[in-house]
Amino acid sequence: MSEVMHCLLVNGREHLVRAWPMERLLDVLRLQLGLTGVKEGCGEGECGACSVILDGQLVNSCLIPVLQAYGCAIRTIEGLALDDALNAIQQAFVDEGGAQCGICTPGMILAAVNLLDRNPEPDEGEIREGLAGNLCRCTGYSRIVESVMRAAKREGRSPRHQTGEEHETQTRGEMLRLARAPQEGNR
Amino acid sequence: MLDSMSQSAGRALPRKEGREKVTGAARYVDDLVFPGMLHGVTVRSSIARGRIRSIDAACDPDQFTIVSARDIPGVNAVALMVDDQPFLAFDHIRHAEEPILLLAHPDRPMAEEARQRVRIVYDVLPAQFDMAQSGDVFKSFLLEKGDVDNAFQGEDIVVVEGEYLTGAQEQLYIEPQGMIAAANPVDGVTVWGSMQCPYYVHKALMKLFAFPEDKIRVVQCETGGGFGGKEEYPSMIAGHAALLAWKSGRPVKLVYDRAEDIAATTKRHLSRTRHRTAVTRDGRLVAMDIDFVLDGGAYCTLSPVVLSRGTIHAAGPYHCENVRIRSRAVATNHPPHGAFRGFGAPQSIFALERHMDHVAAAVGLAPEELRRRNFLKKGQSTATGQVIREDLDLAGMMDRALEEADYHGKRKRFQQDNPASRIKRGIGLATFMHGAGFTGSGEVYLQSQVALEADAKGRVRILVSSTEIGQGTNTVLSQIAADALDISYNDVELAQPDTAVVPNSGPTVASRTCMVVGKLVESAALGLRQTLATYAGLSFAEACAAHIGKHGTLRSISRYEPPAGIHWDDEHYRGDAYGAYAWAVYVAQVAVDTSTWETHVEDFVARQEVGKVIHPVLATGQIEGSVAQGIGWALYEEIVYRDGRVINGQMTNYIMPASADLPPHKSFL
Amino acid sequence: MDDALALVSSGWQPFAGGTDLMVLYEAGKLTETRFAGLWKLEELRGIRVSEEHIELGALTTYTQIRQSALLADEFPLLCRAAAETGGIATQNRGTLGGNIANASPAADSCPPLLVYDAELELMSGAGIRRVPYAGFHTGYKKMLLEPGELIRSIRLPRNNKKGWHQVFRKVGTRRAQAISKVCLAAAARLVGGRVEQIRIAYGSVAPYPLRCTRTEAALLGADPRKLPPLPDETSPIDDLRSTAGYRRRVAGNLLRDFLESLG
Ligand SMILES: Cc1cc2nc3c(=O)[nH]c(=O)nc-3n(C[C@H](O)[C@H](O)[C@H](O)COP(=O)(O)OP(=O)(O)OC[C@H]3O[C@@H](n4cnc5c(N)ncnc54)[C@H](O)[C@@H]3O)c2cc1C
Ligand code: FES
Ligand code: FES
Repeated sequence: MSEVMHCLLVNGREHLVRAWPMERLLDVLRLQLGLTGVKEGCGEGECGACSVILDGQLVNSCLIPVLQAYGCAIRTIEGLALDDALNAIQQAFVDEGGAQCGICTPGMILAAVNLLDRNPEPDEGEIREGLAGNLCRCTGYSRIVESVMRAAKREGRSPRHQTGEEHETQTRGEMLRLARAPQEGNR
Repeated sequence: MLDSMSQSAGRALPRKEGREKVTGAARYVDDLVFPGMLHGVTVRSSIARGRIRSIDAACDPDQFTIVSARDIPGVNAVALMVDDQPFLAFDHIRHAEEPILLLAHPDRPMAEEARQRVRIVYDVLPAQFDMAQSGDVFKSFLLEKGDVDNAFQGEDIVVVEGEYLTGAQEQLYIEPQGMIAAANPVDGVTVWGSMQCPYYVHKALMKLFAFPEDKIRVVQCETGGGFGGKEEYPSMIAGHAALLAWKSGRPVKLVYDRAEDIAATTKRHLSRTRHRTAVTRDGRLVAMDIDFVLDGGAYCTLSPVVLSRGTIHAAGPYHCENVRIRSRAVATNHPPHGAFRGFGAPQSIFALERHMDHVAAAVGLAPEELRRRNFLKKGQSTATGQVIREDLDLAGMMDRALEEADYHGKRKRFQQDNPASRIKRGIGLATFMHGAGFTGSGEVYLQSQVALEADAKGRVRILVSSTEIGQGTNTVLSQIAADALDISYNDVELAQPDTAVVPNSGPTVASRTCMVVGKLVESAALGLRQTLATYAGLSFAEACAAHIGKHGTLRSISRYEPPAGIHWDDEHYRGDAYGAYAWAVYVAQVAVDTSTWETHVEDFVARQEVGKVIHPVLATGQIEGSVAQGIGWALYEEIVYRDGRVINGQMTNYIMPASADLPPHKSFL
Repeated sequence: MDDALALVSSGWQPFAGGTDLMVLYEAGKLTETRFAGLWKLEELRGIRVSEEHIELGALTTYTQIRQSALLADEFPLLCRAAAETGGIATQNRGTLGGNIANASPAADSCPPLLVYDAELELMSGAGIRRVPYAGFHTGYKKMLLEPGELIRSIRLPRNNKKGWHQVFRKVGTRRAQAISKVCLAAAARLVGGRVEQIRIAYGSVAPYPLRCTRTEAALLGADPRKLPPLPDETSPIDDLRSTAGYRRRVAGNLLRDFLESLG
C-alpha cells in the first residue's frame, strides 16, 4: 500500500489529503487538516476524546483507518458552531459547568449531539448510558448530564441540526428503546 | 461605591476560557506544531534495579538526535526537594521505566521504531517492592500530643486495633503529559507544555542547563487536567525535550502516549496505616496511636510533603487529648509516587474513617454517634495542637447530611429488605477536614507574588503563574479582581502563564489558588485602586487612561504576608498547620450484588463547609469531580505492578468510572 | 467481493470495523499488516429475514442489532449483549463477524449465539459452507476458519426460543464499556414445573465461549427448586481483569440465580 491523494469531506467541505490507507483518521484530521479539536486521550478506543461523527454515527477516530472514511461525511467539533453562535449543547456546557479542563469536551459534546439526534428527550439514565464511551476525569459527569438535560430542554434546538438523517434516526431511537426494554434478570 | 449589581463573586459566571473549550479552539501542547520540529521519545529501563552495562542506540546519529546522561550541560538531577532523581540514568537503575536515553527524529513513527531498537544490557540487582520491609526512609515524622502510653494504661477503656491498606492510583488526566522545547545559546531554553507549576519547571531547567533565570522561559499551554500528576513530573519531560532541542538545534515535541504516561509518571502513594485506639465504653476517644507508612517509590519527589499532609490529617476532625502519629515515607523500587489530589491525606483519612466504624462497633454505637461524641469543637485542638478559633458545628453538618441522604430511613429499610434480597444495600458516612494552602510555614517560604496591569481602556490583566487546569483559576481570579476594582468581570483577563511575563505566585496545588493567590489578587487590585484614588471623579477606565497618559503604564504588585496570629513549629510539628480548613461530611449508599460482588454507589451526598464560595458551579464541579475520583479509587482503580512495572497501563484495564457508574450527586456547600 | 476473497486467500487479514484490529495495530502487536477491507462489501451487510432464518451479515454492527425490533422480539439475549458491548462509538463500528473471528473468550455476543443454535456461513474462493457455531471455536484464539475463508453471515433459526425464560448477565469491571469478567446467556423452557429444554452458555470462563452441555443434560427433567448436583465445566484462568476463583464462583452463582428465577 502506498500514500495516495484522496478527498475527505469534513464539516461540509472537501479536503485533499495524502495519507497511508492505515493512517488513523484522528491523525489525518489533526495533522493534515489542523482540526485539533479532535483529541487523543488513549489511542485505544476507550476514552472517546477523539470522537467524531461519521455519516451520522459517533465513532472513535483513533480506530478508523482513513481509508474507511473516504466518501463519508465527517463532522468534528469545529463544524458545530456556525458563524460564532454556539450550538445549544455547547452553550449548555459553558453555562452548566460541563467543561472543566476541556480535553474531553469536544468528544463529549459530539457524543451528546449524536445522542440527542437519536433521542431528543433522554432521561438521566439514557444520558449516562449514551455518554458512557466518553470518559471525563474532571467533572464526575454530573455537570455534563445537567448540560445535556438543559440543552435537550431548551426550546427549538437550533434548526440547522434537523438534517435529513434526523428523521430516520429518531425512529431508530424508538426501536432502540424497544431493544432496551428490561428483561428478567438483567441489570 | 460598591455596586452590588456588578458583584462577581458568588455568581455562576461563564468560565473565562469556556468558549474555546466547547468549540475545540483551545490549544493544548499536542495541538501545537513548530516549523522544523522533531519528535522525541524516551528510552526507559525494563528492570527495576540494577546497573547499566552497555547501551547500543542502534540508530544513525546523522538521522537521529541521541541524548544520554553525558550530554547534560548542567546538573543531572531534577531540582525539587532533594535533588536525587536524575533526568537520565547514568549508571544505576532504581526503578522500571527510568529514563536512560532520548531520541528525536522529524517523523514520529520513525522515532518510535528507533526507540524499540535500542539495546541496553544490565546487571540486574535484587529490588525492594514492599514498603513495610524497606528501611530506606525519605522522611519521617513524630507528632505527639498528651501522653499516649499512659492513656492506654487507663481503666475501663476499650482498645481497638486495625490495619488499612490503599493502592496506587493513577491521576488519569485525559490529556497525556507533553512538552515542546526550543533551545539555542543566544536565547537559552524555552518550553511550552502541559503543567501545573511553571516555576517548578523553570527551577529544574536552570539547574539542568546551569543557566541564569532569564535564560529559561516556561509557558503553560491549555492543560487537560492535572490532579497533582502535572505538579512535579512535567519538569522531567521539559528537561528531556530541552536536552533534545539543545543538541539538535531544532524544536522538539515530546508527548507521551497513554501507555507511557501510566507506566512512567507519578501515582498516588500506596499506604499502610495502623491504628490503636483507646476509647471509653461510652465512646469517647482517649488515645490514638497511629502508624502511617507511604511507599515513595525510587526517588524522593514530593514524598516528604505528601507524608506531612497525610500525617497531620491522620487523626481527623476529632478531639482527643492523647495522640501519637508516627509516619514515614520509604524508598522502594517502584517508579516514584508523587502528588495526587489530597496529597497523602486521602490515604490516612480512609484508614481513620474505616477505623472509626470499627471503634463504633466495638463499643456498640452507631457510626454517626461515635463521631458525634468526638467531633472537634471551637476552643479544642487538633492533633498538632491547633486551637479551633472559628465556630464549628460538625454535628449539625452531619445531621443535615444524614437527613439529605435519608440515612436513618434507609438504614431501617435496608435492614428489613436485605435478608430477602440478592442485592444488599448499605449506607455509610465519613467526616473529615482538609487544610487549605501550604502546610505550616510553607506559604511564608513561597513568598508568592501577583501583579495586575491595566490598559488605557480600563481592561485589567492578572499576571500569575497559577495555572488554569480545569479547576477555574481564570474565572475565580477574574471575579475577585473585578469585585475589588468594582469593574465588570468581562474587563478582566489572565495573562498566559509565561515565566518571562508573570511573577511567581507559587505552584498550583494544595487548594491554595483561590484562597491564597485570590487574596493576593485582591491586594494587588486594592493597590491599583489606591494609585487611581488621585483621579477622583473619573470612571475606572478614564482614570486608567489618565494615569497611563502621565506615567506610561499602570501596574500593581502584591506579595504574600502571613496573616497575624498563626504559629507553626516546623521542628516539632506543632501549632497552626493550616490557615484554614474545609470541613465535610460525605454519605454514600452502596449496593453489593451477592451473586457477583459487583459494588455500586447508588447515592452520594456531600456536604461541606468551605468558607466563601466565589463560583458555585465551579466549586460544586470540583467536589463532584473529586468524589468521582474517590469512588474510582475505592471501587475500580488500582495500579497493578509486576516486578515493579505497571502491567495495567492502558485504559482498557486501568478502569476509571464512566458516566454510567456514578450516582446522581448531591453536593451542598 | 471476489477481490476481497482473493486478497484474503493470499494471506491478507480481513478488516471489518477495526475495533479489535486497530487497537492491536496501533500497539504494534500485529505481525500481519496487509489488510483486506471488508467494510464496504454489501454482500456481508444487512439483516435478511426468511421464514426459517434471520441471517445477519457478518458486518452487522452492535448498533444495527440493537435497532432491530425483530431481533429484540426473537433474540433478546443477542440484543442485550450488543447493548452491553463497549460504548456507542464501539457499537457503531464493531461487527458480529469481527466479534466471532476475533475469537476472544470474552466475546459477549457469542454466548447468545450458542443459546440460539446459530449457524455460520463461511465463504472462500471455493464457495460457501455452513457450520454450526457451537464447536466453531476450538481453543484459545482457535477456530475452524480455514485460511482464505471469511465469515459471510450468522444464521439464527427463527422462533426457536420464543416463550422460553431467557437471561443475559454480564459482569464487567464497571457498568458500561467493560470487558467481561464472566458472562452468562441462558434459556430454558419448563413443562409442568420441570425443565423440558435448556441452554447454558458462558463467556470468559474457558479458552473460548462455552456451552455447558453436561450441565444442560443434568438439568433436564429437574425441578428448578430441587436442583440435582451439577458438573463444573468451566476452566477459568487468572488474568489482569479477574481470577479463576472469582470467575468459577460467579459463573455458578449466575446459573443458580437463573435457575432460581425459573422456580
Ligand atoms: C473500547 C472497546 C470496547 C469493547 N468492548 C467490548 C465488549 O464489551 N465486548 C466484546 O465482546 N468486545 C468488545 N470490544 C471488542 C470489539 O469491539 C468486538 O470484538 C468487535 O465485535 C470486533 O468487530 P470488528 O468488526 O471491529 O472487528 P475487526 O477489528 O475488524 O476484526 C477482528 C478480527 O476478526 C477478523 N474478522 C473480522 N471480520 C471478519 C469476517 N467477516 N470474516 C473473517 N474474519 C473476520 C479480523 O481479521 C480480526 O482478526 C471492544 C473494543 C473496544 C475498542
Ligand atoms: S483517543 Fe480514541 S478513544 Fe481515546
Ligand atoms: S473536563 Fe477534563 S476530562 Fe472532562
